[in-house]
Amino acid sequence: MRGEATTTYTDTFPKLLLMNAAQRGHRPAMREKDLGIWQAWTWEQVLDEVRAFALGLKELGLARDDKVAIVGNNRPRLYWSMCAAQSVGAVPVPVYQDSVADEMAYVLAHAGVKIAVVENQEQVDKLLSISERLPELAYIIYDEARGLRDYDHTRLKSFADVQKIGRALDPRSSALWWQDSISKGKGADLCVILYTSGTTGRPKGVMLTYDNVIRSSRNANAYDKLDENEEVIAYLPMAWVGDHIFSYAQSYCSGYCVNCPETPETIIEDRREIGTTYAFAPPRIYENLLTLTMVRMEDASAIKRKVFHYFMRVARRWGEKILNKERVPLYARFLYWLGNIVVYAPLKNRYGFSRVRVAYTAGEAIGPEIFRYYRALGINLKQLYGQTEASVYVTAQPDGEIFADSVGKPNYEVEVKIDDKGEVLYRSPGVFTGYYKDPDKTAETKTPDGWVRSGDAGFFDPKSGHLKIIDRAKDVGRLKDGTLFAPKYIENKLKFYPNIREAVALGDKRDFVSVMLNIDPVAVGSWAERNNVTFGSYQELAAHPKVYDMLAAHVDEVNRSLSEEGPMAGAQIRRFLILHKELDADDGELTRTMKVRRGFIVERYGPLAAGLYDGSKEVDASTEVTFEDGRKGAISGRVKIRDMRVYPSATAQAPVGKAA
Amino acid sequence: MRAPSGAGIAAGDVLLAVEGVSLAFGGVKAITGVSFDIRKGEIRAIIGPNGAGKTSMLNVINGFYHPQAGRITFKGTTRKAMRPHAAAAGGIARTFQNVALFKSMTTLDNIMAARALKMHKSFFWQIFRYGPALREEVEHRKTVEEIIDFLEIEHIRRIPVGKLPYGLQKRVELGRALAMEPDLLLLDEPMAGMNLEEKEDMSRFVIDVNNQYGTTIALIEHDMGVVMDLSDRVVVLDHGCKIADGTPNEVKKDQAVIDAYLGIAH
Repeated sequence: MRGEATTTYTDTFPKLLLMNAAQRGHRPAMREKDLGIWQAWTWEQVLDEVRAFALGLKELGLARDDKVAIVGNNRPRLYWSMCAAQSVGAVPVPVYQDSVADEMAYVLAHAGVKIAVVENQEQVDKLLSISERLPELAYIIYDEARGLRDYDHTRLKSFADVQKIGRALDPRSSALWWQDSISKGKGADLCVILYTSGTTGRPKGVMLTYDNVIRSSRNANAYDKLDENEEVIAYLPMAWVGDHIFSYAQSYCSGYCVNCPETPETIIEDRREIGTTYAFAPPRIYENLLTLTMVRMEDASAIKRKVFHYFMRVARRWGEKILNKERVPLYARFLYWLGNIVVYAPLKNRYGFSRVRVAYTAGEAIGPEIFRYYRALGINLKQLYGQTEASVYVTAQPDGEIFADSVGKPNYEVEVKIDDKGEVLYRSPGVFTGYYKDPDKTAETKTPDGWVRSGDAGFFDPKSGHLKIIDRAKDVGRLKDGTLFAPKYIENKLKFYPNIREAVALGDKRDFVSVMLNIDPVAVGSWAERNNVTFGSYQELAAHPKVYDMLAAHVDEVNRSLSEEGPMAGAQIRRFLILHKELDADDGELTRTMKVRRGFIVERYGPLAAGLYDGSKEVDASTEVTFEDGRKGAISGRVKIRDMRVYPSATAQAPVGKAA
Repeated sequence: MRAPSGAGIAAGDVLLAVEGVSLAFGGVKAITGVSFDIRKGEIRAIIGPNGAGKTSMLNVINGFYHPQAGRITFKGTTRKAMRPHAAAAGGIARTFQNVALFKSMTTLDNIMAARALKMHKSFFWQIFRYGPALREEVEHRKTVEEIIDFLEIEHIRRIPVGKLPYGLQKRVELGRALAMEPDLLLLDEPMAGMNLEEKEDMSRFVIDVNNQYGTTIALIEHDMGVVMDLSDRVVVLDHGCKIADGTPNEVKKDQAVIDAYLGIAH
């Protein structure tokens, strides 16, 4: 076990801020694109902004151990609020900004939030609408003043006004007080509470200390050799542990610059302008980029399409080998060099990945095709496995040891073991102290000697020594005849087709496997346009017989590939249907990080699930939908069900249940 | 954006008044003896059934049409008819029922085009885009970027407007009108052809413009819900005549209005 556990280090973020301002005061710490121009703040300037806001917070009555909610898109002032809160001993609680009012009320009340720092009018309105459920909430502070001029300002303050309060204090004594307050903080203190979106039940507040977060971040910086020269773009939800570590903790630890996009819609362009060197995204983002590229290429002229496909074949054949520094024949190098000029470099530039040194994907399995695509282009895309409870890092792929289906080796100072039921357990300095106000759940997840149950089933590949994750431990089930059924494994195979956006597999304690599919409106919509298929709505497109035919072909391919995988061969898909509605986080069908909530979906689409197993060809379904403002409507329609062919197992003699 | 000057007219005073305006195209009478006023800082709706003369009225106000009779008083100056350039220079901006943008130009360029009126550096400097002309352009660009930020259209800044969906084109058009920093903003059916969500967005922008910059707004709109929610006062036209004038509530109860909308024999 390597790492730097023995060296002493600066143990809180406010102290790190002071250190960065002293050591690299004139280097940029943060940028935001505003009015079309990148505005930058140096570490010294950030220090000044944070101090003014922190003193303002103190004047508003914020005390040690109070909780401060942070709600909004990635904005510099919201990141500063976290450090400002920490500098006066308070604990930031970032909240998913697209939560509906009810979800937000639960989290804010559970955390006992005293001050909320929010982005704009939308969030202010949301908080005001639930204010009677939040008796402890004393102030709402907003970043963007638009539309808020006529609001009652007794409990409402603008960020700038709070800073004004802080700056109006006697500079000498207030600075001394602030220094003193910072030096009172220590590594074992609570640093942040991150609510996990939770695939089931209410969100849980994961408590992380400064030691947890800072040790993990320092180790990660060392693992990938990150320094103050990195550029990252902050665009993932601030409430997600990934963004917290990546856009806040790792930046404070190594001094690199974090860039906030102009709006959520301009990320690709903004990333291109910045040229990020270190990137972090769930597979969905990479999938979307690839789908968009393929859709555009379909519309391109024949010559361009030919050139693109020719060089993509070259890249697939040689790109990864070149990236892994293997021996490659000279003509291949020449072709790849040519391809780089014509196709790869312009593409990478489009994606904003021209300067990228390390790009991670995490959170879900990534399609092998997608994974290889980016690596073939010469982008060092790697997988990591992490959890909020571990301050992200559990395992990651070291440079040069890349496999599409593994999540890599344990990070520095992390121990990983697999229990007899196949569940992955880990222990590290980054492991959380507990769930906020929930000792029972904590005891369920964390053993007294510090091991955390990940809830994921996995195994170590004997050849490479890499960890592989197959599914959530509790989701791995068996069919009635005892065949192993790993729903996510099947779903992922399906989702790797660009036409399929989501898949939900059923099979546990049932006779056979069947799936509910969601089409990808962009990919299928573009296909429809090219094939003269007319449609008026998502529902109509999803129910189109030609779309069914196309997806049936995909399911058939998945069945064939399953038939070749020994223990999985029994879990081939016998029947499928296409849902008449897009699965949506607002309806509780997906988590805020866009993972399907299988149990809930089966319950919600009860008649459809029943139809899959009673042999019907068509089922009527009516589904309630919730709009963002809380109003409800209904979508109803008739959904068809298709039967599928099953392939004989390629390794029929292999004993069932040998799978990890 | 600067607050509009308004030439000494305080909020609530009459900014524009039309008195006894009549307009005819040959034998067709579009407007017959209509009088009403628009007060500074209010949102004034002009409603009426199809062919009531609403758009003609806007065209009279900003000088596209010259009425045969009547007077128009704008910022205390009374004239028989407005002239388009005088209207524009005097602080009247408008959007059109059918979007009238430069389709092949980007959002940014479309909105910048509206600043041409406010650029004063000589042609010579502008050709070279150097020195004072460049400084001036930067200044105007800042104003334009503030409008882009205000209307939340950053992501389409560099896209030719012809490629944009209709709802966004309408927003760009509003942006171009705002770039003139008008005292009086005329909106001709700003929400026509939009879905509910786009209408809500547009309504919010109209209210924010009025709120934040104190811009006086006169708008034509068919969606009664929108009119009732947005406007301070409503004038109702039917067959070129004014049939009602007052707050949304008063107008809603007015028998002549109900008849005009439900349709009775004339």
